[in-house]
Amino acid sequence: MKKEDFPMLDSEIIYFDNGATTLKPRCVVDKMNDYYTKYTSNIHRGDYEAAVITNNLYDGVRDLVSDFINCNSSKEVVFTSGATNSLNLVVFGFMRKYLKSSDEVLLTKAEHASNVLPWIKLSEEIGFKIKYIPLNEDYELTVDNLKKMITPNTKVVSIAHITNVIGDVRDVDSIGKICHEDNILFCVDGAQSVPHMKVDFKKSNMDFLCFSGHKMLGPTGVGVLVGKYDLLEEMDPICYGGGMNQFFEYDNSYELKKPPIKFEAGTPPIAEVIGLGEAIKYLMNIGMDKIYEHECSLKKYMIDKLSKIPNIIMYNKNSNSGILAFNVSGVFAQDTSVYLNHYHIYVRAGNHCAKMLKDDLKIKNTVRVSLYLYNTKEDVDRLVDVLSDSENIFKVVI
Amino acid sequence: MDNNLKREIILDNYQDPMNRGLVEDGSYLKENTNNESCIDNIDMMMKIEDNIIKDIVFDGEACAISTSATSIMIRSLIGKGVDEALKIIKNFQNMIEEKDYDKDLLGELIVYEDIAKQPNRKTCALLPSNAVINMISKYLENK
Ligand SMILES: Cc1ncc(COP(=O)(O)O)c(C=O)c1O
Repeated sequence: MKKEDFPMLDSEIIYFDNGATTLKPRCVVDKMNDYYTKYTSNIHRGDYEAAVITNNLYDGVRDLVSDFINCNSSKEVVFTSGATNSLNLVVFGFMRKYLKSSDEVLLTKAEHASNVLPWIKLSEEIGFKIKYIPLNEDYELTVDNLKKMITPNTKVVSIAHITNVIGDVRDVDSIGKICHEDNILFCVDGAQSVPHMKVDFKKSNMDFLCFSGHKMLGPTGVGVLVGKYDLLEEMDPICYGGGMNQFFEYDNSYELKKPPIKFEAGTPPIAEVIGLGEAIKYLMNIGMDKIYEHECSLKKYMIDKLSKIPNIIMYNKNSNSGILAFNVSGVFAQDTSVYLNHYHIYVRAGNHCAKMLKDDLKIKNTVRVSLYLYNTKEDVDRLVDVLSDSENIFKVVI
Repeated sequence: MDNNLKREIILDNYQDPMNRGLVEDGSYLKENTNNESCIDNIDMMMKIEDNIIKDIVFDGEACAISTSATSIMIRSLIGKGVDEALKIIKNFQNMIEEKDYDKDLLGELIVYEDIAKQPNRKTCALLPSNAVINMISKYLENK
């Protein structure tokens, strides 16, 4: 699918580290360059021509995001600096006022650091309890296990839609429904799902949805928080300054603007937001269902081929996404990734920021291949070829 | 030293490293060492008596280069006085960082000579050095 749109792929690299960040299509880079070379200006003031163009483009991206993930209106779309920042905004902007010491928050051990540490920090302050929903034998979250953990004190479920090591797709429709019925807020970390499949904020009954631009063909430095409007109205900013206030006076009185503007203090990442808009257009043009199918079938192809190599241990064959975690037996994950790099194959070795998962996996580090729309069967064949020759690993890495 | 021989020594020390496994003994100093830029993570323990390194052990998860470097460093340092140990480590660091160094002091550690040419492996080779230096400093401070 469209390799030629990605300048990085002009060289002979095979890029399999899409869970970390994705390559950028030329149109995204061009769109940002246009902002820098043709109509650089700040937003919120439109007295001259360039500023009018910039304002329209910037605000237009809110509409695009709203269409893309199907929320109620573009007023529910807050631009942040990334998924991490979005999650911190939910926790320290909303939950700090909302949660009490007797409350319980449900997470899982497969969550990314950014969906765990903010909660731990806030619980130090408030004293609410964090509970980890047990995972099944495939390290996946089941709706039944979630149900069993709900008590009258459960106030929030905060989970990744797709986890970044196992790549299991959580049943957000059912979970959203359960949360909704039990008056539990449902916060979704969409960093690994929004780029790869159709995500529907309304249909899944989400209250908050967080994701990053750079993992979906967009630039670094921009992300999104989508929140139900009434919740955004109650939420406090965690950053104050220009652009987000109505007025402030010497008697210390002040009034903030309405969401989403009240969360965007200071000059936002304008070029990045515009670039993100272009990335969303690019993705919508191909179609999210098509992208998801492509990744799943490519993963299946990869598993079939890797299964024929005796010393490859795969940890998440069953998960329905483009993420595969594996090791070559007897070889440290990082040595495998250094070896693959020798053949210009880019993968990631490590615990992938999900440090608590090591208890369940009984292994700290894995090699992770994470696929995207530009990966092909030929890429996979090359990986399989190089791994088949793994006797060679130490000759290359030492 | 011939490259195949170097590789063999590194591989032997990776697959069957010296003194892997920590001890329950209060007379040992302990130090964790890890790299920002990669995923190596090693605990080291060291017993020093009368300025002589009596024992060093380690455990952890790390790549072939760090694990073997830890093993070879342990073998090179046990039985040495702390001053001599510091000299060996300093020389090793100089070699990896492509500064002037004295080959004769290095012993088996010379097998990492070529690592200096691979910028992304330097931190791996240097992983045990800082832990050892820190433990020796602790010993000297508390003497
Ligand atoms: C599941 C998940 N959540 C959150 C994040 C954080 O995203 P960012 O670093 O872009 O803020 C990541 C990034 O790796 C992730 O995989």
